[in-house]
Amino acid sequence: MTIETGPAEASGTTGAIDAIVDRVETVADRVVSLVLRRADGEPFHGWDPGSHIDVHVGDDIVRQYSLCSSPSDLSHLRIAVLYTPDSRGGSRRVHEALVEGAPVTISEPRNNFPLLDSRKYLFIAGGIGITPIIPMIEAAERDGRDWRLIYGGRSRSTMAFARQLVETYGAERLTVAAEDESGRLDLASLLALPRAHMLVYACGPAGMLAAIEEFCMGWPPGALHTERFVAAALDAGGSTEPFEVELVRSGTTVTVEVGTTVLEAVEAVGARVLSSCRTGLCGTCETRVVSGDIEHRDAVLTEADRDAGDVMLVCVSRAAAGCPRLVLDL
Amino acid sequence: MTKTMIDAMVLDDDPFSIENIQDPHPLLARLRDAGSVTWLSKYNCFAVAGHEEVYEILTDFETYCSSGGLGPHDIREDEGWRPPSILESDPPTHTVMRRALTGVINPGTVRSLRGPFTPPAAEITSALARLDRFDAVTDLAEQYPIRVFPDAVGIPQEGREHLLPYGNMVFNAFGPKNAILEEAFAEGEAHAEVVMRACERESLDADGFGAKIWDRVEDGLISVQQATLLVRALLSAGIDTTIFGIGNTLSVLARLPEVWAQLRETPSLAKFAIDEALRLESPFQKYHRTVTVDTVLGGVHLPAGAKVLVFIGAANRDPRRWGDDADEFRLDRNSSGHLAFGMGLHQCVGQPIARLEIEIVLQQLLERVLTIEPAGEPVPLVHNVLRGFTSLPVAIRAA
Repeated sequence: MTIETGPAEASGTTGAIDAIVDRVETVADRVVSLVLRRADGEPFHGWDPGSHIDVHVGDDIVRQYSLCSSPSDLSHLRIAVLYTPDSRGGSRRVHEALVEGAPVTISEPRNNFPLLDSRKYLFIAGGIGITPIIPMIEAAERDGRDWRLIYGGRSRSTMAFARQLVETYGAERLTVAAEDESGRLDLASLLALPRAHMLVYACGPAGMLAAIEEFCMGWPPGALHTERFVAAALDAGGSTEPFEVELVRSGTTVTVEVGTTVLEAVEAVGARVLSSCRTGLCGTCETRVVSGDIEHRDAVLTEADRDAGDVMLVCVSRAAAGCPRLVLDL
Repeated sequence: MTKTMIDAMVLDDDPFSIENIQDPHPLLARLRDAGSVTWLSKYNCFAVAGHEEVYEILTDFETYCSSGGLGPHDIREDEGWRPPSILESDPPTHTVMRRALTGVINPGTVRSLRGPFTPPAAEITSALARLDRFDAVTDLAEQYPIRVFPDAVGIPQEGREHLLPYGNMVFNAFGPKNAILEEAFAEGEAHAEVVMRACERESLDADGFGAKIWDRVEDGLISVQQATLLVRALLSAGIDTTIFGIGNTLSVLARLPEVWAQLRETPSLAKFAIDEALRLESPFQKYHRTVTVDTVLGGVHLPAGAKVLVFIGAANRDPRRWGDDADEFRLDRNSSGHLAFGMGLHQCVGQPIARLEIEIVLQQLLERVLTIEPAGEPVPLVHNVLRGFTSLPVAIRAA
């Protein structure tokens, strides 16, 4: 999976690590898997399913790839890269330059696509979008969760890791749907009925994700989590980075960490916010926003309210990508 | 079924007896003490009284469906007395109706109601503040929502006297076929006919919620029948419950002089006081769900097809959720997560309007009333599923 980002993020890679390409393997048509080890022989730091790394594929080219190895084995990291003749040439450089033994600078793993705890998961992968899903399935399986994977692609030969996944987990919970055999994924029937307590994690091409978003409109808010592998606007990006919230009335500032809601964070510093469902469905926790850009994740504000940008539902919504600070009327 | 009845403790209490309706809390405590899930032998259904278990039922819309109806009978097996409402539907039918309603009632549209909703509250409370005593239910709670809410929906003036008796039918039908229900339905056809007519497109004002719901028919989102049903749902769900919300809140606050003083000092706390009062005296006390597949809840096996009677009132006072002082009003309590408005997909879509109405009335009253105290015993309403008072005498000192 490649995540395209703006120049600001691409240029400022933090925690650069010198790594070596340990193994290169062709895992599907035009897809190579790269196993990376640290140059100093040490294990990598721990990471969670959904994480990606920045890979410096040339002097001025940085690309982000999801990790598809196991977080329980930190001796190496694995990414898989689809050759796409895109204008910027990142994937071509990976395919051409990152041969076995080549040195490569990467970043510490970062997670814009964290797997939230739930009883049931529906994973939907399109093509190379399978990569972040692989560690997620491992975690769901380890924790004894009820999960299913729907993996779609143009043909089996283009679908990396499909055979290994079926061998590991069996065909019962895993549907591999190749377009040239069974046609397009029937997302409509898959998603027509919202399921209780089920989170949908989807990664794949923009068209597929747009369709999934459409079908999931009747699902409880917060059920759908997506990551685009060539993101037009990286809407999942900064929104899962920590950000600050300033409460103007109490004069307090609090950091909202990944995995914490604005509501929880402001309650923790003593602000009183009336809330009810805490899932973005009822609108009770509506809060006036003095300044800052909001990524709305609720199911009740209208487009006009969103455009005005002066209210948010603090139980689910967050600061938008690139907005480090929200100022709230609390 | 045999196994189930051994698993769950069997109680022969009648939650629909007059005694238990008028003073529900001892029974609700007994239900919780007997286990989160018990078997009610009188009605052949499960009673669920623990907060965790009630929350589970309300959020697991697949295992505990609503299309079987909120009453004790599965409305899919015989014809109900009316076409099923949004409350009695599951996804995907529910989804389109809910989307239509959310498009019409949302934080923005509710905000714009504060203007028109305030003057009637000011007028009613300033008249009452000139008295030494009044009835907080008949003189205040019953006066206010009926004055503002039907206007917001945009129904005709004529026939509004049928709204309360109609709501009384709708909600009482979520209980068993007893004398209470019979009385509610005494002139049922007349009420239903007037209300259904008020919900038709040509009856509605151009700018009310009703007309906006009908606009969604043109968008192709909902059918003509669904539009009628949604307007009907607003009318039946949006009046009685709000009246009881106001009355019940005042029934709690009238007994707490320190809290009244605190609220006068900091009126912005009123909304928290209301939620805490709704937790303690939830207007919508209980309703049914239908189990769709064999499942286990609170350690008890529930077979597919069983009815569960969900006790909101019990869950909202469950010490396991709220602590040992669950029966007490605490202004500093975080009462978020109370289930008075439901939870999950069917959580009350009109709750911001209800909260707004109660808050406006309370703030207007706080402005004008220095002290308020009970001036006689409140008279509880006899109703299968709603909790409220038909009379709540209070003595006041004007500010």
